[in-house]
Amino acid sequence: MFSEYDVIVAGAGHAGCEAAAAAANMGSKVLLITMNMQTIAQMSCNPAMGGIAKGQIVREIDALGGYSGIVSDASTIQFRMLNRSKGPAMWSPRTQNDLMLFSAKWREMLENTPNVDFYQDMVTGLIIKDHKVHGVKTSLGHQIYAKAVVITSGTFLNGVIHIGEKRMGGGRVAEKAATGITEQLIENGFESARLKTGTPPRVDGRSLNYAVMEEQKGDAEIVGFSYMDTPKIKAADQRSCFISYTNPTVHDILKTGFDRSPMFQGRIEGRGPRYCPSIEDKINRFADRDRHQIFVEPQGWNTVEIYVNGFSTSLPEDVQVKALKMIPGFENCKIFRPGYAIEYDYFPPTQLKYNLETKELANLFFAGQINGTTGYEEAACQGLMAGMNAHLKVNGQEPFVLQRSEAYIGVLIDDLISKGTDEPYRMFTSRAEYRTLLRQDNADIRLTERSYNLGFAKEERLKKVHQKIANVEQIKNILNTTVVEPADINPYLEQLDSATISDRQKAGKLILRPSVDLKGLKQHLPKLNESLDFDADSLEQAEIQVKYERYIEKEKELVDKMSQLENLIIPDNFNYDKLSAISTEALQKFKKIKPHTLGQASRISGVNPSDVQILMVYMGR
Amino acid sequence: MSKLSGWDDTIVALATAQGVSAIGVIRVSGPDAINIINQLFPSKDLSKQASHTIHVGMLKNDHEALDEVVVSLFKNPKSFTGEDVIELGCHGSPFIQEKIMQAITQKGARMAKPGEFTQRAFLNGKLDLTQAEAVADLIASNTEASRKTALTNIRGGFSSVLSELREQLIKFSALIELELDFSQEDVEFADRTLLRENISLLQGQCSKLLQSFILGNVIKQGVKVAIIGKPNAGKSTLLNTLLNENRAIVSDIAGTTRDTIEEIINIKGILFRLIDTAGIREHTTDVIEKMGVEKSYDKMKEADVVLYLFDRKDTPAAELEMLEEKLSGTKMKYLLVANKADLNSAEYMDYKTIQPIINISAKAKNNIEELIHKLFVLGVNQDIEKDAVIVTNARHYQSLERLSKALGEVQEGMNNNIPGDLLALDIKEALQHLGEITGEITSEDQLDFIFSKFCIGK
Repeated sequence: MFSEYDVIVAGAGHAGCEAAAAAANMGSKVLLITMNMQTIAQMSCNPAMGGIAKGQIVREIDALGGYSGIVSDASTIQFRMLNRSKGPAMWSPRTQNDLMLFSAKWREMLENTPNVDFYQDMVTGLIIKDHKVHGVKTSLGHQIYAKAVVITSGTFLNGVIHIGEKRMGGGRVAEKAATGITEQLIENGFESARLKTGTPPRVDGRSLNYAVMEEQKGDAEIVGFSYMDTPKIKAADQRSCFISYTNPTVHDILKTGFDRSPMFQGRIEGRGPRYCPSIEDKINRFADRDRHQIFVEPQGWNTVEIYVNGFSTSLPEDVQVKALKMIPGFENCKIFRPGYAIEYDYFPPTQLKYNLETKELANLFFAGQINGTTGYEEAACQGLMAGMNAHLKVNGQEPFVLQRSEAYIGVLIDDLISKGTDEPYRMFTSRAEYRTLLRQDNADIRLTERSYNLGFAKEERLKKVHQKIANVEQIKNILNTTVVEPADINPYLEQLDSATISDRQKAGKLILRPSVDLKGLKQHLPKLNESLDFDADSLEQAEIQVKYERYIEKEKELVDKMSQLENLIIPDNFNYDKLSAISTEALQKFKKIKPHTLGQASRISGVNPSDVQILMVYMGR
Repeated sequence: MSKLSGWDDTIVALATAQGVSAIGVIRVSGPDAINIINQLFPSKDLSKQASHTIHVGMLKNDHEALDEVVVSLFKNPKSFTGEDVIELGCHGSPFIQEKIMQAITQKGARMAKPGEFTQRAFLNGKLDLTQAEAVADLIASNTEASRKTALTNIRGGFSSVLSELREQLIKFSALIELELDFSQEDVEFADRTLLRENISLLQGQCSKLLQSFILGNVIKQGVKVAIIGKPNAGKSTLLNTLLNENRAIVSDIAGTTRDTIEEIINIKGILFRLIDTAGIREHTTDVIEKMGVEKSYDKMKEADVVLYLFDRKDTPAAELEMLEEKLSGTKMKYLLVANKADLNSAEYMDYKTIQPIINISAKAKNNIEELIHKLFVLGVNQDIEKDAVIVTNARHYQSLERLSKALGEVQEGMNNNIPGDLLALDIKEALQHLGEITGEITSEDQLDFIFSKFCIGK
């Protein structure tokens, strides 16, 4: 019934969809298998994309040619650029999305991608021969052959849902769990463990009283995620979110459910994320706080369903409802779906290579929650990288690996592979040591050409980047040659409370002042304004490059220093047992993780500089 | 953050074992090695000398003579590391070696990390596998040795002050990161005034540590001990006994004028400068002068410890008690040492002194260990306790210096109100320098702090 595919993707969430799109766009014949065609690209948790560090990842996905940015832009109901008051490396785009539109747009884009076939079935096993994967087995009894398989199982592998004392198998509420794959992989030498995550109740927006809540509006300007010219909604049409707070009464009611809580009663064994605690965890651990923030987030344009952000819980449903009703604005609240916790299998990611292929079985790739991450963006970018690398592998090409200095995606994958994780891994900007270089405004400059060279990003994208780079050079040149007369600019400087100038100065120098910006200069210097007739994106890019040059250069120097280690590649078959002089812990870690470069070896936790030196010495020349 | 440094700069370290020995070798490697030593070696222009040659001369920092050294010159690529290398054969005193290395780092070199010379040798293709194996073992044992050295170097409260500094810096950096990664969270962000106070507190602690290195008398100059007593008390015998066991080979230290003869001994790594106060007049009516004190009174005042040596057999109680009164009146630290205690104790005179008397026999070497122990306790421990913390290790000193510089930049940035993410760049550098002493500080440390102190997550 099925002919052989190049790549099979098992799972159609954020990771699976990106994986299928990437491999297909590069030319692979792809089969995307999902347990339910109606739930492709579900936003299983909050109806939002991006945010701090995550927004940067979506921009990177877009720059490489992935779909998440375009889909998010198409389904945006509210846009905000977070951290605007901070340096440009912190600016982080975030959208609230219509989750049904999000899902529909994904499906539409995939259906319009040549080379992607779909099939609704559950993958129950792999076809394995000679330490190599050759395809999948399904619950309907098919054996479908492929040169590579990407597994993006999300929370579905042996998923168990907890609501109070109720416990049921499932990958999401009302959806079946997937079985078989974990057991087979363990037989083949894999190590597996459990993680936990949770989600809040969804309620009826018609039952809420918004008058007593704070309104949170979208930005006046909608920037979006995609570097392509995606259609944007009008700023005035954006939907607002609302903020309310819990109080001691809410907390007291929640506490009455603690004796039926699966978390406190030890029925949940998997570890949850510290930065996404359930409401019961918050009041338990931070007992001195008498209130916690609750975000009321609409789930779309044409639905009254509300996502109660901040109220993730696995307490019994009656307790959830009782407690919710004590939150200001929620007095008459009607619940659509209760919050719940879910436990699922993951495979500690130190079992992967940099191309996200497993070390144990060739041509098998993992992406998303199966690798211990959390978040749509984290999943999507891994899917994209796994899809690209699956295509490259079946075509006998070199893996595509991003360095920590090139992309958040590089940081994420390197962290996973070198350090592993025992809680759901989420990206933070502080994880990126070169975050001044990894900005949301320059992901296209960093990444598009590399993707284009591998046959993924389309020429149209590359042309746009080249145009931007050329514009930026021109703008910088104009800024550094335009001489500003004191009389022309001093009124503006006075207005800003910035020291006036007595001698003529270059415009590029004035921009270095913290309070001075290009927009202001253009407003007050008509001649400069005339010569700087460029698009907003290029102007912003040039301004950032000039204004923050000192910091950017400083980080580039650090990258150069580190690159010497990154370029020293440890042979695949290196025999670590001959390293008699190093510490036992380092030896064990080296043997397990098999670092690809000395740079990676130096980042493994528990490895000392002397261990790396000894390794280096033994590598010989 | 990188655990290893780049290798385009010039590094320096002691190539021989740490501690007191007859001679020591200091190795300098890197593109600036010759240029740096040239600035300290006025005798010859080393850049004009052939590779693999040896030169003798005085090493001088500006006009201060450091030591007479043997310079071995190795030009790249024919050297251990494959870079320009200079090896300085100097005297074995840790004090002198530290001074020399300090001068070299002032001129632009950086203290090498354990095994860093080998690392460079490897990178320049200088090692074959057999050598590599030997060197690997050496790094392993050196690392262990330097760990132990580091431990012995950490005296007094150094280690607790450092861990406090580390905690504070992690806290400070975490508070900055909190505003960045968690700006959308419902948590209270530290206000800038508080953060400014934090950073100047950190800067204060750091400069206090640096001061302790610069001013730490004990480490810099050793403990001055004036041995006084009547000529027949056995001073020279005692001196010789002490020297036999503990003599340290040191050269003249420039900048200190010495009109008395000075011998130096090493007790547990600390130099004790024994000031000989010979030449006391025999015939005098003044009882103090008769006891050999007056002439050496000025010397005594300079000394950290006065060791009064007397003959237990023929020193009357009134005489000793009167002397002690004088000594305790000066608020000086002193030891009363009764020599010739090998004689029958029945012949001992009975004294009522404030300080207990240490009975020794310089000649029979009886109870010398106890004397040395008391000398050490009196000369070192109390001082170190008083100043709480003393930095003794040049590598630590340099890391602290860089930490201080980075903290200064953070302070300046805060004064200019630059955004937190840019502040974080300088903070990261500060963390790295402190990490060189206390072990690496990672973003995970910051996140741990944030998650334990703040309720994060929607």
